[in-house]
Amino acid sequence: MTIPQILFYIFALVTCGGAIAVVVSQNVVRMAFWLIVSLGSLSGLFFMAHADFVAGAQLLIYVGGTLVLLVFGVMLTASGAQRQLKMSPADGFLAAGVGTVFLTIIMSTVISVDWDGVSKTLTGEVVSQKIPTGYNKGEEGNTIRRLGLGFLGIRADKDLGAPEDKKISTGYLLPFEIVSIHLLVVLIGASYLARAKRKVAPRTN
Amino acid sequence: MPSILGASTIAEYLEESWNSSPGLAMAIAAIVHVTMIMGLFGLIPMVFIWMERKVAGRIQDRLGPTRVGGRFGWLQGLADGIKLIQKEDLCPKEADPFLFKMAPYITCVAAICGFIVLPFSQGWGSVASDIGLFVLFAILSIEVVGIILAGYSSGSKWSLFGGMREAAQMVSYEIPLAICGLVPIVALGTLNFSEISAVQRGWASNWMLFHDPFTFITFFVYFIVATAGCKRAPFDLAEAESELVGGFHTEYSGMRWSFFFMAEYAAMFLVSGVAVILFLGGWNSGIGFVDSFIDDVVRPSGPSLGIEGFVLGSYIANLIGLKIMLIKASLLVFVQIWVRWTLPRLRIDQVMTTCLKYLIPISCFLFLGSVLWPVVLSTTTGKTTLFDAVPLGDRFQEQVERTNSEPVKPILKKEETKQDKKPAHSNNSAGSQETVSLITE
Repeated sequence: MTIPQILFYIFALVTCGGAIAVVVSQNVVRMAFWLIVSLGSLSGLFFMAHADFVAGAQLLIYVGGTLVLLVFGVMLTASGAQRQLKMSPADGFLAAGVGTVFLTIIMSTVISVDWDGVSKTLTGEVVSQKIPTGYNKGEEGNTIRRLGLGFLGIRADKDLGAPEDKKISTGYLLPFEIVSIHLLVVLIGASYLARAKRKVAPRTN
Repeated sequence: MPSILGASTIAEYLEESWNSSPGLAMAIAAIVHVTMIMGLFGLIPMVFIWMERKVAGRIQDRLGPTRVGGRFGWLQGLADGIKLIQKEDLCPKEADPFLFKMAPYITCVAAICGFIVLPFSQGWGSVASDIGLFVLFAILSIEVVGIILAGYSSGSKWSLFGGMREAAQMVSYEIPLAICGLVPIVALGTLNFSEISAVQRGWASNWMLFHDPFTFITFFVYFIVATAGCKRAPFDLAEAESELVGGFHTEYSGMRWSFFFMAEYAAMFLVSGVAVILFLGGWNSGIGFVDSFIDDVVRPSGPSLGIEGFVLGSYIANLIGLKIMLIKASLLVFVQIWVRWTLPRLRIDQVMTTCLKYLIPISCFLFLGSVLWPVVLSTTTGKTTLFDAVPLGDRFQEQVERTNSEPVKPILKKEETKQDKKPAHSNNSAGSQETVSLITE
């Protein structure tokens, strides 16, 4: 067993163990803690797969952002009684059923992929097709330039080898901008709705 | 471990000179990196706590520690450490014991992990990630979780208040922190710390601080926000000794308590290190001829140390760079300490107002300005820089050519040999075209 394999099994075990602990534990804040463990080691798996950007985003968005909000929300809202979650057996069976169905779907998808073919593809020229940039002479895991250029519509895997007239593929800049403006509107709207209402003094003429 | 700028990594050195297996070389390199980071994490609080005591003493017109370990009290930090280890490890009855014990570790681990991506000299970093800054900000944001959990799980009202304040403060201050980090990035076009530092080589006018008026202001905004991000005074609402006893760490004692402080000092050093690399030229001295002397005379000189291209001179040059970087970062930490003992603590509403009403709009304005700056400058004056300085792109190109012309290029060689060893289908270009379409479909 090579060291990357050992590391993979450690991270995978921590991820799955954390996920199970989220389900098993009955205290909401402890669940949040186990979620941190699970999501954090998931980002470790992404780092190992040389997907640095996804791993960083996982840490920033899920562990740093969402979980702070979650813990914050739990601390603000839940009072003593709600912090301990007690499920009825019916709920347990329902959750187990939904979980099993979901697991079956995922597992069947995973099994249906021809992994030998994929791994052959990945060791081929796709990974080694690089955009020539300054210092990094083609290091694995440093995907940010390719991601950024792909975002703008310049894709290393498609466009560098394509004929002249088909060089530019569609980027994701416009959809991203639309979504982010939409989120900004939602944020402003939410803060407007949530702010303390001041009484407007009736006008006297 | 990816290496950068032509410097060879420990793993490659072991593989090439000692013929050890790749797995063993990787493990040894990892152990060396981890040990050094842990050592640094232990040393930084010791030095800075001593500095904090001395600076605080001087500002309050006293001497500070004078006896432990000689005239200046050098070993005060060590004495503190020994005292803290001896203290009893308490867990209050009302607390959630599991979370109470885990919270300091989360904070500590987050602070240690920050050092993974922070390089200290050319090629001297554990992981030379292309998204170093992004990963660093991501890791620093985890530290808050530990503080909030500590505040919640202590089962004390003081702690809970401290935790809540910390959560509110951090959720707000992360926004201007990220935007301020983006301002120099927009001008530089890279998130890689080593590249950012390499571009600022030469005279201090090459530093990002003096690149344009917006980066100049951004440095100060970043420093304020980063100070708040480390929950240092005047933003130390989470602790607030005079009103909340000890804030989130009221119930902690002994080593668990000191873990929070170690994490705090490590985070101070981290954000200062980021400020140094982003704005203050990283490990470049800021004096043009010194930098060119180090890089052109010292770096290639000296006997080779076994591995191809790895000469003694490059080691010495990196050591000088490390010193410069540490001195600059320590100066910024000194300013943070100075601010703490000079300014009174803000109220929580003032802290939030400062962030939401002033710092976020200011940082957004700076971001917009730095984006528009080159466009406006080139249309009005026809130049891309003020005072006829060398444009960033040219400097970048110069650095690339300099590193490529250096004899230190074991990585490129290795890459090529790896390519040769790959199975036949990878060299078949027709086959690869098929696989490309396979992937994209």
